[in-house]
Order: sequence, then structure tokens, then C-alpha cells
Amino acid sequence: MTTTLPTDSSARLPGLIRRLTGDEKHAPSAHSTTDVLQVLYDRVLRVTPDTADDPQRDRFLLSKGHGPAAYYAVLAAHGFIPDAWLDDLAGPASRLGHHPDRLLVPGVEIGSGSLGHGLGLAVGTALGLRAQGLLNPRVYVLLGDAELDEGSNHEAIAYAGATGLDSLTAIVVDNSSASHGWAGGIASRFTVNGWTADTVDGRNHEALYAALTGHRPRHPHLVVARTESKG
Amino acid sequence: MTDMRTAFIDTANALLDENPRTALVLADISVAQFASASHRHPDRVLNVGIREQLMIGVAGGLALTGLRPIAHSYATFLVDRAYEQIKLDLDHQGVGAVLVSIGASYDGSAEGRTHQSPGDVALFDSLGDGWTVRVPGHPDEVAPLLRNAATSDDPIYLRLSEQRNAEAYPDATGLRVIRRGLTNAPLVVAVGPMLDPTVAATEGMDVTVAYTHTPRPLDTPGLRALANTDVVLVEPYLAGTSSALVSRALADVPHRLLALGVGQTDLRRYGDPADHARWHGLDADGLRRSISGFLGSVGG
Repeated sequence: MTTTLPTDSSARLPGLIRRLTGDEKHAPSAHSTTDVLQVLYDRVLRVTPDTADDPQRDRFLLSKGHGPAAYYAVLAAHGFIPDAWLDDLAGPASRLGHHPDRLLVPGVEIGSGSLGHGLGLAVGTALGLRAQGLLNPRVYVLLGDAELDEGSNHEAIAYAGATGLDSLTAIVVDNSSASHGWAGGIASRFTVNGWTADTVDGRNHEALYAALTGHRPRHPHLVVARTESKG
Repeated sequence: MTDMRTAFIDTANALLDENPRTALVLADISVAQFASASHRHPDRVLNVGIREQLMIGVAGGLALTGLRPIAHSYATFLVDRAYEQIKLDLDHQGVGAVLVSIGASYDGSAEGRTHQSPGDVALFDSLGDGWTVRVPGHPDEVAPLLRNAATSDDPIYLRLSEQRNAEAYPDATGLRVIRRGLTNAPLVVAVGPMLDPTVAATEGMDVTVAYTHTPRPLDTPGLRALANTDVVLVEPYLAGTSSALVSRALADVPHRLLALGVGQTDLRRYGDPADHARWHGLDADGLRRSISGFLGSVGG
């Protein structure tokens, strides 16, 4: 299959995000997921609009469906959706809502919004690919630190770790928004269950790239991407 | 004699051997019965532990990759506990699965309310009209229904019970007439294992008794063809679950409806399933009292 050549969407993203939000004041970094998504789609994921239905593609599942502006902008920057779709977010005829719907948006692997569903779906996706001998695709799933409050995540964390599901990478964007925090750190919840983990600056593209490609054999991998607190 | 759970296990084992699309997701229930299948097909027999939210999430993920997942547990854990996963990880993703439950209604009478789920079919109704609901009344109906489910990609719920009729009617997807009354006789519809007590209860009454193992989609053309003024529903789950469907199907014709089934109240009693059937008025005597009262005659 065709793989994604490294591309750089930095020049286009600010304008695309502005089309979605109408917000002239804030930089793209106002969105905690922007940098992770940019590095994933520019440099890591082997998926293009032409291979969006190819069984051999990498999967990216946005579990944290809230605030998908950066996600839609990155999808537009990479040609999955027309730029014009960004101008009518959540309008009556829009295919883009405040939470993404996989049946409405090309390139979107799961519909999400209710927190705590993406990781279980990602585990099932990784298992389904393995069962069909599709050993090249990797499954990435992005969560938020507050999303980890949902207990369903911990079912998936324990099981994926115990079974060494090594085609799975979870990314937790940590902007310190969990009401009760995570004493002892987020990564420890995963590593105690057998995951490998890298905790990096969620704005540093080189560090993100190294972490997002830093998985090891026989273990699912976690990337904690720290960004500034929501405040 | 084989029970429904064993019929499911035998058929699912065979499907795993025959069809590489079939995958089974378990949550510690019935794991021993699939031990040898899990050795033969370690990537397609998956026990996630006591994690029912994950069981359905995994089923959704498997279906997204093109496999046909079967997920199985007690109804209360499979359906009630994982309701939002069924809604979002299957329905909202646009994928299906075969959900196979045991412990129907008060099968788990001695276990208490925590192991009972009389409202499961009503929960599927709340998800829209996409789900096919199969409620076999005999173990021999299980294999053909499961095999049929495994070949499609539709969302299908197969509700197994320890209650059973004496005879199997595998072809009763639509309403199948078991006993025909005289012209304009009232229609009594029995679902799944309620057939035998219904037949016993209406002995000597001038009624038509029809049977189905598939309450969703309900055979509304068959219902319209068989129904006259009086219609009685006898369902093995929450009373009134199908009332809205019957009312809609007969909206343009004058009719009266009696909907019998499991009561809504938590009885807080143990005992055996026959005790619960009696307490809910679903044994032959109780059904006869209710149906006779509704029809205004004691019958034969």
C-alpha cells in the first residue's frame, strides 16, 4: 500500500482551525491535541485518503471526542475532507459535529464523545487485525487525562497489558483536567499492567515523534503528552 | 437432553472451526466450555475477564475489522451492565454483533435480583429498530438461529432460557399458528418458552394460539392477519414489552390488548423458577385466570 510521506501541515493548520472556530485570537496551541495530531498525521500514521478503507492501514481512534477542531483541521490538511466542511461546524447540514461520527466523516475510525469508549474499541480493533493475520497495521487511540476517570478504560488497560497487545499505542493528552488528579502519575496506571510508557512534552514534535514510534515488542505502548493546564 | 446453553456452546464451537470470520468474546462465563476452541483458535476465542464493558467494546472493534463477533454472558451483565457500550460501541459505530445471553428473567431465581434481567428486550427496543431479538422456546431452535446470525452482519440478540417447551418450531420467525380457534376467535401470542404454559392455560377456550421465537422484528403482517378484536400477549420478559408494537400494528382497527409477562417489581424472593412463574402469574393457572378474566368467560 501507499504509505504517508512525511508532510508538514503547520502552515495550513492555523487557518483551518480558525475556519472551524471563528476564533482569531487563539493560536492552534489553544487546542491540547493539535501537536499530537499533527505529528501523527504528518509523520507516523500510514493512512491517506486513498487508503482510508484499506485493511492494511494504521488506525487512529479519537476516544476523547470533545473539542475535535484540531482533528477536523488535520483531516482537512491531509485531504480526508474538503476545507469547506470546516465553515459550518455543527450546522444543520454539516457532517462535522461537536463530536465526530465515523459514518459522516471520511477518515474517522470511530464515532466518539461519551468518554471511555475508544480504548475498548481500540483493543478490539487490534485483536481483530491480529486474528486476520494483518500484522503490519498499528492502532493508535487518543484519550484525555480526565477521560481516564471512566472505569471502562481500566478494564481495557488491564486486559491489553496482561495479554501483551503490542500493536496498540494509547496516547493520553494530559492537561491536568482530571478533577481529582492522578496521584503517582498517569503512566504508572499502565506500566503496572505491563505497558511500556513514555512521558513527553506534548508541544515538542521531536519528543512526540520519538515516543509515538517508541513501542517495544510484546507490550502495548503508552505516550503521555503533557500540555499546559487547562486553567 | 440438551439444554439451550449447551446447544449454543456446541454450535459456537462448530462455527469457530468452520468460519474464520467468527470470533467469540467472553467475560469469564462459559470459558471452560470453550477451552479446547481457544487452543485451536487463540486469536478468535477471547476471554477478557470479568469486564463486560470491555467485552462489548472488543466486540465492536472486532466488527470494525470485518469479523463477526459473538459476545456471551448472563443477560444482566451482557445487556443491562453494558447498555451504553451496546448503544455506542456497536450501534453508533454502524456495526453489529451476536449477543447471546443466559439467565433469562427469573432463571436465576435462587441467585436473586442481581442475576435477573427481565427488562433486557425492552432495552433493545430503546435502541431503535435495528436489533433482531430471538427468544427460542426449545433447545433445537438455538442452532439454526445462531447459524443464521453468524452469517449476517446485523445486530442480533439471542436470549437463551432454562424454561422450554416440549416441541421445537425452528421456522417460527413469524407468527405460527399452534391452535386455531373459530371465526373471530381471540388471538393469543406466546413468545419463546411461554408457549407450553399458554397452551395449557387456554385448553378448552375458543382462542387462536400463535407462537414466535422472534419478537423483533415482530411479525406485524401475521398479527394483522390473525387478530380480531381481542389480543393477548404472553411474553417471558417484562410485561407490556411488545404492547406498543401491537398497538401500532392494529392502530386502525378496534381492538383490546392484554399484555402478560414478568412484573416490574423486584419481588425480593428466591425459590425456583416455577415459584417465580406463579408469582408473576405466568404459570398455566395464573395465565388462565388473567386470560379468562380479560375475555369475560371462564371457557371450558
